[in-house]
Amino acid sequence: MDWISILENSARAGVGKDAIVFALAAIGLNVHFGYTGLLNFGQAGFLAIGAYGTAITVTYFDQSIWLGFFVAILAAVVLALLLGVPTLRLRADYLAIVTIAGSEIIRLCVRSVTFGEYTGGSTGLNSFADGFYEVNPLQGGPYGFGPWRYSADTMWWILVGWSLVALSTLLVFALVRSPWGRVLKSIREDEDAARSLGKNVFSYKMQALVLGGVIGSLGGIVNAISTRAVQPDNFSTTITFFAYTALILGGAARTFGPILGAVIFWVLLAFTDSLLREMNRENLLPEAIISGTQIGQVRFMLVGLGLALLMVFRPQGITGDRRELELDAR
Amino acid sequence: MPADALAAVRAEPGVAKPDPILVVDEVTRRFGGLTAVDVDHLEVQRGMITALIGPNGAGKTTFFNLLTGFDAPDSGRWQFDGQDMSGLAAHRVARQGMVRTFQLTKALAKLSVLENMKLGATGQRGERFFSALLPFRWRAQEQAIEERADTLLARFKMDHMRDEFAGALSGGQRKLLEMARALMVEPAMVMLDEPMAGVNPALTQSLLGHVKDLRDKEGRTVVFVEHDMDVVCDISDWVIVMAEGRIIAEGTPNDIGANPLVIDAYLGTHHDAPLTFDEEEVALAEDAELIALEIDEDDEP
Repeated sequence: MDWISILENSARAGVGKDAIVFALAAIGLNVHFGYTGLLNFGQAGFLAIGAYGTAITVTYFDQSIWLGFFVAILAAVVLALLLGVPTLRLRADYLAIVTIAGSEIIRLCVRSVTFGEYTGGSTGLNSFADGFYEVNPLQGGPYGFGPWRYSADTMWWILVGWSLVALSTLLVFALVRSPWGRVLKSIREDEDAARSLGKNVFSYKMQALVLGGVIGSLGGIVNAISTRAVQPDNFSTTITFFAYTALILGGAARTFGPILGAVIFWVLLAFTDSLLREMNRENLLPEAIISGTQIGQVRFMLVGLGLALLMVFRPQGITGDRRELELDAR
Repeated sequence: MPADALAAVRAEPGVAKPDPILVVDEVTRRFGGLTAVDVDHLEVQRGMITALIGPNGAGKTTFFNLLTGFDAPDSGRWQFDGQDMSGLAAHRVARQGMVRTFQLTKALAKLSVLENMKLGATGQRGERFFSALLPFRWRAQEQAIEERADTLLARFKMDHMRDEFAGALSGGQRKLLEMARALMVEPAMVMLDEPMAGVNPALTQSLLGHVKDLRDKEGRTVVFVEHDMDVVCDISDWVIVMAEGRIIAEGTPNDIGANPLVIDAYLGTHHDAPLTFDEEEVALAEDAELIALEIDEDDEP
């Protein structure tokens, strides 16, 4: 078996597109769910808005991609306001229902024939990202070391992507350590208590929803520029659940929880995938148990099993504090 | 003595007080066919401890919820410190200086005791989104808030718990924390919903002491819901009795103990109907006749 290639694949997955996109999505969810207790099940919608906001500005309105980024973030703010105004006064479950519906509405709209003129329907949009690569200061290549050797263009979006992850983490870190973050956490613990102490709970929930949504939309932007394409089916609800998995795996309400979770999640997926493929190639796996075409699904089962075990033995996630979790049992 | 201020006030429902901080008019709240609260007029004297008592289901907590903005009335108005407060959102009510605690304590479990306290301070610059990113804009204020929180914690003898998670506190300590946290808002009036419920007797005395201090040392107005009549008689200057959503009696603790309406509300109306030996004989004879009649009816096919 080619262990080197298995490990190299895994190592690359840890810094690749998916790790970045899901780290950003999970950092956003961490603001919603981890710190404020908002059950946003529509993070995929924010990613879609980020990706399509950028792409449509360039392809349909023929503007620069930099304006596209701005439009995408603005659209994410508007989406958060639209979702929040009717639901944030209600119990948390309603937000979950509305957000999951909202994200599906966005996906179905962008893949519909009706809006195909703007969104490219089910095929999506491409060739909008050139503006981003024109300003690439890196030339030639390859860059990097060991298993991480990339062309100049790949290195460029990886650097930008991880910079966004770092900036978002820093921003959230600074905010949750401030009195502002204290109010968010108090809302998570008991919003009536926060209200009785003079805090405008609705306004803080809205601010949290907007902040987390904008960070999620950055994930969509990175997805769009790294693949140089947007496709509606890349923004199904699975995205949201993977992002939640990453968040809980790493540890909710922890600074580095979402990043660690996203990296580990994709490393594990790549590792099981490569391992199974290698085993299949060497005929170590009887066809009766797993055929080559089933590997893609089986790896999710294995990772799911691993996550279930993690929840049994380390329910607070990798960076979490068990002491905090035990307080819930009281 | 402030208690003298109420000495001349007649003990009857809805009576006017010399210096009311809270004036309530015609507040009603219905849940379907049930009228939970129906208060015609009520005044609460400033700087006094007023107890709100009544049997279970009398509407005390609903009345609290209405006044503090946690529930909306079907009709009615009320003024706090001369300002119209009807229909104001809960957080605005708190900022106006009327702060409540809850029957089921709401300690913020995953925040430390100190953070619970600091949350109570109002007008924090660091609670605004963009200021929060600039620590130099709120560091000094945060320092001052922390000092105030530490002073209060020391007064409530909770300073040794300051860095514990609030979720690790006992039930009684949570009650203390909630009261101390409410004081961080610097309210003119504190509304305590069953502050002694579930607190062990030793801690009850210390809680009572703290409630008295609110009035005596800080000049705050206190309204509290309580079931234990010993506690009510011990600390309150004035007692309001609710039953079936209405205020049925008001007065000093002594007036209330002697009020037959209050005893009726708690024990039911006919509990003390006079029943002499002769009357009982008559009643028994009537019952016997009725039973005999029923037996006769059963015999006829």
